[in-house]
Amino acid sequence: MTGTLAGTGVLVRLALRRDRWLLPLWILGFALIAYSTAAAGAELYPDEPSRVAAATALNATASMVALFGRIYDPASLGALSLIKYTAFMTAILAVLMVILTIRHTRGDEESGRLELLGGGRLGRDAPLVSALAISFSTSILTGLLSAAALSLGGLPGPGSLAFGLGWAATGMAYSAVAALAAQLTVSARAATGLSIGVIAVTYGMRAVGDLAEPGPSVWSWLSPIGWNQQVRAYAGDHWWVLSLPLALCAVLVPVAFFLRAQRDLGAGLRDERPGPARGNLSGVLGLAVRLQYRVMLAWCVAFVLFGVVIGSLVGNVADFLSSPGAQDLMRALGGPRALTDAFLAAEISIMGVIAAAYGISAANHLRSEETAGHTEALLGTATTRIRWASSHYAVALSGVALLQLLTGLSIGIGAASVVNDAELVSRSTVAALAQIPAAWVLTSAALAVFGWMPRLTGAVWVLLLGLIALGEFGVLWNAPEWLMDLSPFRHTPLLPVDAEGIPALAALTIAAALLGALGYAGWRRRDLAA
Amino acid sequence: MSNVVEMTGVVKRFGTVTALDGLDFQVAAGEVHGFLGPNGAGKSTTLRLLLGMLRATSGSARVLGLDPWHDVATLHRRLAYVPGDVALWPNLTGGEVIDLLGRLQGGQDRARRDRLLQTFDLDPTKKSRTYSKGNRQKVALVAALATDAELFLLDEPTSGLDPLMEDAFRGCVRELRDQGRTILLSSHILSEAEALSDRVSIIRAGRVVESGPLAQLRHLTRTSVTADVARMPPGLDLLPGVHDVVVTNHRVSAQVDPAGLAPFLQALTAAGLHALTSQPPTLEDLFLRHYGPAGSLEAARR
Repeated sequence: MTGTLAGTGVLVRLALRRDRWLLPLWILGFALIAYSTAAAGAELYPDEPSRVAAATALNATASMVALFGRIYDPASLGALSLIKYTAFMTAILAVLMVILTIRHTRGDEESGRLELLGGGRLGRDAPLVSALAISFSTSILTGLLSAAALSLGGLPGPGSLAFGLGWAATGMAYSAVAALAAQLTVSARAATGLSIGVIAVTYGMRAVGDLAEPGPSVWSWLSPIGWNQQVRAYAGDHWWVLSLPLALCAVLVPVAFFLRAQRDLGAGLRDERPGPARGNLSGVLGLAVRLQYRVMLAWCVAFVLFGVVIGSLVGNVADFLSSPGAQDLMRALGGPRALTDAFLAAEISIMGVIAAAYGISAANHLRSEETAGHTEALLGTATTRIRWASSHYAVALSGVALLQLLTGLSIGIGAASVVNDAELVSRSTVAALAQIPAAWVLTSAALAVFGWMPRLTGAVWVLLLGLIALGEFGVLWNAPEWLMDLSPFRHTPLLPVDAEGIPALAALTIAAALLGALGYAGWRRRDLAA
Repeated sequence: MSNVVEMTGVVKRFGTVTALDGLDFQVAAGEVHGFLGPNGAGKSTTLRLLLGMLRATSGSARVLGLDPWHDVATLHRRLAYVPGDVALWPNLTGGEVIDLLGRLQGGQDRARRDRLLQTFDLDPTKKSRTYSKGNRQKVALVAALATDAELFLLDEPTSGLDPLMEDAFRGCVRELRDQGRTILLSSHILSEAEALSDRVSIIRAGRVVESGPLAQLRHLTRTSVTADVARMPPGLDLLPGVHDVVVTNHRVSAQVDPAGLAPFLQALTAAGLHALTSQPPTLEDLFLRHYGPAGSLEAARR
C-alpha cells in the first residue's frame, strides 16, 4: 500500500502481537458467556407458561426495564434468557471496543510510539485504519462466535445470528465513536473518558425510551444501544435495524479521518495553552487529587444523574406491578414502603458495585504512575513510599465514599420528590453509605495486588467481574455457599439498614484495612519498577 | 575526608540477571565523582540502590552514613536526584513540577530556582507534554539544583542538552563544588566526566574496574591523531607510546599515549605538518583495549 495508507499491514500485525492474549480472551469470554446463558435458560424455563410468567414479571418491574430493557415476545426463550445481554452486556462490549480503539490510536500517539514508527514508511491514515480494522474485526468475530455459541446452546439459528450481528454492529459503532474522540483530545485518558461518557449517556437515553408507555419512545431510537434492543433478536428479528449502527460508522469514520488530516501528530482539537509558572501543589496528596479530580468529577455527575433518574422512578413502581396479587403480597410483606425499599435496594446495590469499579481504577493509578516513571521522581525526594502510596489510596477510598453519599442523596431526593416522603432521603442515604465497606474491600485488594504482584494489577478487574458473575449466576451455576460468601457485596445489608447490619459492615471495613496493610507491606519491600 | 557514599560487595539480581556483581564503590565528601560505564553496565541500578528504590540482594551500602533502604525520609532530605529518564506529568507545567518536587524535598531556594530557569533558558509555563527531551531534563535539573542538598545524584544529567546548555550545567556543578557539596554524576561519555570530575570510577558488567583521580587513569587512554604531512617522517612507529600507525599517501594516523604525544607531534612538525585532527580517547576505546571486547563479561572480570 502507498500514500496515506502505507504501513497499515505492519501496524495491524504489531497490534495483533501486542494484544495476542487480550483479544482471544475477550472474544472467547463473550462467546462462553453467551453459550452458558443459552444453555442455562433452557433449564430455567422449560415450558412456555414459565417463560411467559417470568417475562411478564420482568416487563412489569420498572428497575429491570430501566436497567436491561423490555422483552418483546414473552413466549421467546431467547429474548428472555438474553435480557441482560441486549443492552447491559452490549454496553460492556462497547467499553472494551473503546479501550481497544483508543489504545491503538491516541494512546500510541500520546506515548510517542507512533512518532517512532512514523519515522519509517508510514502513511498518515495508517494508524487509524489499522486501529479500526482491529476493533471492527474484533467486534465481528465476537458477534459471529457468540451467534454460533448461542445456537449451540440450543437457541434458534436466525435469532442467534440477529443477536450476534447486533453485538458486532454495536461494537463497530462505538469503535467509530472512539476513533472520533481520539482525534479531539490530547490525552488517551480523556479520549477514553469522553467515549465512555457517550456510552453512559446513550445507555441512559435507552432507559428513558424503554420506560415510556408504550415503549420504546424516540429516546431509544437516538441510542445505538437502543437500536441493538430494537433488533429484537428471537422476538421478530428486525434485520433492517442493523443498518443503523453501520450507517453511524459510515458517518463518524470519515469525520475522524477528516479531523486527522487537519491536525498535527500529537495535537488535539485545541492548541495547548500555557499554564502557571508557579505551582501550588502542596504535596503528593495534592498531586494525586490534581491527577484524578477530573475523572472523579465525571463519575460524580454520572452518579447524581443516574441517582435522580432512578429515584424518580419510585413513583411508578407500584404501577409496574400491575397484577393485584403481587401488590397484595407486597403489602402483606410490609406495606407499600416495602415495595419502594425493594426497588431502591436493588438500584443502590448496583451503584455500590460500580463505586467499587471506581475505587479499583483510582487505586490502579499507583501502578500507572510507577510504570510511567513519575514515582521515581517523587521517591527521589524526601517522600516516603508509604506517604506516596497513601495519596492515591486516600483519593480512591474517599472517592468511593463520596460517590455513595451522592448516590444515596440523589436517589433519595429523586424519590422523595415524586412520592412526597422526605424520610426516603435519609433511608436511601444510609443504605448507600452501607455499600462503602464492600467497595473499599475491592479498592484495598487493588492496593494489595500493587504491593505484591504489581504486574497483575489488571487482575483486580477480573476479580470484580468474577464477583459480579458469581452474584448474578452463582445460584444458576450451583456454586457452593462458601464461594458465594467470598463476595463482599453479599454481606452488605440492604434496605432498610438497621443495627443488625453493623457487625457485617465492621467486618468488611476490617477486611479492607487488612488488605490495605498487606498492600503497604508488599510495597515497602519490593523494588521500584525500572 | 570521610566517604559520602560507601558500597561494599553489593550484589543486585533481577531474577536470573545479575545487574551488580560485587560492587565496591566510594565517593568522598566534597568531590565531583564521575561514574563511567557503557550502557547496561549498572550505573542506574547503582544510583537507584543508593536512593532506596531497589534493595540490594547482598552487600552493604551507606549514603551520608545512613542506610539508603531504611532511612529514606531522613536521607532524601539531604540529597537531590535527577533520574536518567525524566518522565513528567503531561498536564502539569514545568513550573508546577519544579515547585512540587522542591516542596517534597523540603524547600528550595526561590531566587536560585528563578536564576536556574534563566540559565537554562526554560519556559516554566509550558505543559510538560510539549517539552522536548532536553527541556524535560532541564526541569529535573532545575528542581534538583535549586535545593540545598549535600549530595547530588545525577544520572546522565546532560543527555538531551545542547552544547550551550551542557556548558551552563558544568558551570552549575562547579559552583556547587565550590560550596563544598558532593556530586556523583554518571555518564557514558569520558570527555564529559573528564571536564568536571575530581575522581572517576569505571563500572563494567556490574563491577567497578578502575577508580581514582583522572590523571591516574590517563595511562589508560590514547588520543587518536590524524595528520596530513608534506613528506613521510621515518621511524614513526618506533617512537615510544605511538601505536597502530597507518600511512596512506601523505596522511598519517596513529593512537598515541599521553606521554608519547610530544615527541610524535615534533616528528610530524619536522615532516611539514599542514593539517591535524585529534580525537579525545573514548570510553569505548578504553574498554576495548583494557577490558576485552564489548559484551564479553568474562573479559571484564578477568
